[in-house]
Amino acid sequence: MIKPELICPAGTPAALRSAVDAGADAVYCGYQNATNARNFVGLNFTPEEMEKSIKYAHDGGTKVLITLNTFPPAGNVQLWKDAADLSAKLGADACIVADIAVAAYIQKTNPQMRIHLSVQAAASSPEAIRYYVQEFGVKRIVLPRIMTVSEIRGLVEEIPCEVETFIFGNHGLMVEGRCSLTNYVTGQSTNMDGACSPASCVKYERAEDGSMSTILGDYMIDRFKPDETAGYPTICKGRYKCDARDDGYYAFEEPISLNASTMLPDLINAGVHAFKIEGRQRSRAYVKKVVAAFREAVDSIMAGQEPKLADLVALTEGQKHTEGALKTKKWR
Amino acid sequence: MAAELTLGPNLFHWPAEMKLDFYNRIADESPVSTVYLGEVICSKRTPFFDDHHLDKVADRLEKAGKKVVFCSFSEVVIKRERNLLRDWAEQEGRDLEVNNTAALLYLKNKPHRIGALLNVYNEDTMAYLHEQGANHFALLPELPRAAVAKLGEKAAELGVGLEVQVFGRASLALSARCYHARAHARTKDNCQFVCGEDLDGMTLKTMDEKPFLTVNGIQTLSYGYLDLMPDIDDLKSIGVTHYRVMPHTCDMIAVTRLFDDVLQGRMAPAEGDAKLRELGIEAPFVNGFYHGRSGHTWSDRAAAELA
Repeated sequence: MIKPELICPAGTPAALRSAVDAGADAVYCGYQNATNARNFVGLNFTPEEMEKSIKYAHDGGTKVLITLNTFPPAGNVQLWKDAADLSAKLGADACIVADIAVAAYIQKTNPQMRIHLSVQAAASSPEAIRYYVQEFGVKRIVLPRIMTVSEIRGLVEEIPCEVETFIFGNHGLMVEGRCSLTNYVTGQSTNMDGACSPASCVKYERAEDGSMSTILGDYMIDRFKPDETAGYPTICKGRYKCDARDDGYYAFEEPISLNASTMLPDLINAGVHAFKIEGRQRSRAYVKKVVAAFREAVDSIMAGQEPKLADLVALTEGQKHTEGALKTKKWR
Repeated sequence: MAAELTLGPNLFHWPAEMKLDFYNRIADESPVSTVYLGEVICSKRTPFFDDHHLDKVADRLEKAGKKVVFCSFSEVVIKRERNLLRDWAEQEGRDLEVNNTAALLYLKNKPHRIGALLNVYNEDTMAYLHEQGANHFALLPELPRAAVAKLGEKAAELGVGLEVQVFGRASLALSARCYHARAHARTKDNCQFVCGEDLDGMTLKTMDEKPFLTVNGIQTLSYGYLDLMPDIDDLKSIGVTHYRVMPHTCDMIAVTRLFDDVLQGRMAPAEGDAKLRELGIEAPFVNGFYHGRSGHTWSDRAAAELA
């Protein structure tokens, strides 16, 4: 049985140190520009911060995976190439890549660098994964959050690289890397700019009856009754109307978090090599708590003991959580 | 390369008879040079049309002088989809358009086209895929003019076709979940093909009743219709060789004739665009993506001026 690595989010140098101290096997983080898919104000690393953070992580026995997981628009590929070169120079352990051009560049110029295929590459079949392994020497695939455990088990047996699955955090149903909803509404692209329902385009408006509307750009993403807690207006988590329904409904997905803690033994049995915790936009306190809880859980399972995971529910979005796609394909 | 008008794949689940009639009329009356066929969105739909009528329709279109291209699925996950994709990729003597990276495994070093649902954002990716046999690229709708222009330069250098969607709802997102089934409180497995009720997709409105998005099974499209007719001269100047209109229930013979008239210089873009707006399409026209703005917006200023 393989002991899966725990891959933890680091939106800031402080969060990175918390994750390292809490027992992360690896952290993932990105630079302060469009080369990473969490290109939010106040997040991410300057080159100097990255250099220091890699040293801190390596001193603690933790690997650093750098997210170059967006798609360079034509005419601007150099920014991604520079980020790849910098990552190699700073001694990063792997680059997480989505675009073919970026993968090809790393393979050619820094063949010793491990390439992990980002979930943004949307490789959801053994054939797609084999293509990336064959072309770019991809060492690990981060699986789309759409597969059941039994599908993952079948996949692990069929593909010539390691498999990483998300176990905790954001739960979206759009195929990542194939979504331009944000660009349609805000003019900022998820794939090219690393923006997803960006805060600069968000408004909250309270009406006279006490209801709260959450707005992105020119569109109302949800409207909450006075007694409901208003959530962040992420397009694919909003309520909309259609002819088939009498009232607004979550047309894509409810605001709910992925929590695969009860599935960890099954995922380990399926041969998964790494567990990924989502949340580079979250606080360092959150990162510390989640990483510590999953560290304990993985270690307990490997030692043949029951893991304790009750505390994690309190950290999930809106206190609602789901095993996501892992348990059954009925959600499709 | 002379500018050519193409008809993209029909993304919606129309009754087989309706599709047959549609393509027969395209064969007889439409000026498009190329027609893209094949189910792109949902593998469950293939028994209705692709398994029975596709070859006949392709034959008819070819006899009418059209080039026919066969499109792959956009999402390939389950065994059945993987098997269908392999069979699709092994067809001999046909033009194939790839919409999922899985197909690239099978088509390496064989001539093929790259579809508008595959992520080609930059000239380096284009060159890489070209080296492996890709000879024609249909671009993602979200690309702004500056990126299209760079890709235009590279396409000219490589001698490959460059295609841009100029009409119809824009594909915005794909999912493994069927949102049509979800709207009707079903799942993908027991959907009963409810997507067939919405011939141009199912409109999602915001809570304040503003039409927003369009659901088509696992696909989410814009509510607005892309219209780049006023930008056609600009698109020509930056190296776009093929102009794609997407099938909808509006009068597609009229749509394709108007676009062809403008494309071939027989009609001024402003006149063509005015006529396009007289066809009774309910949704607004949008051009924001190409103009480097929010996709749902319309701008009267030419993209070249904005750039």
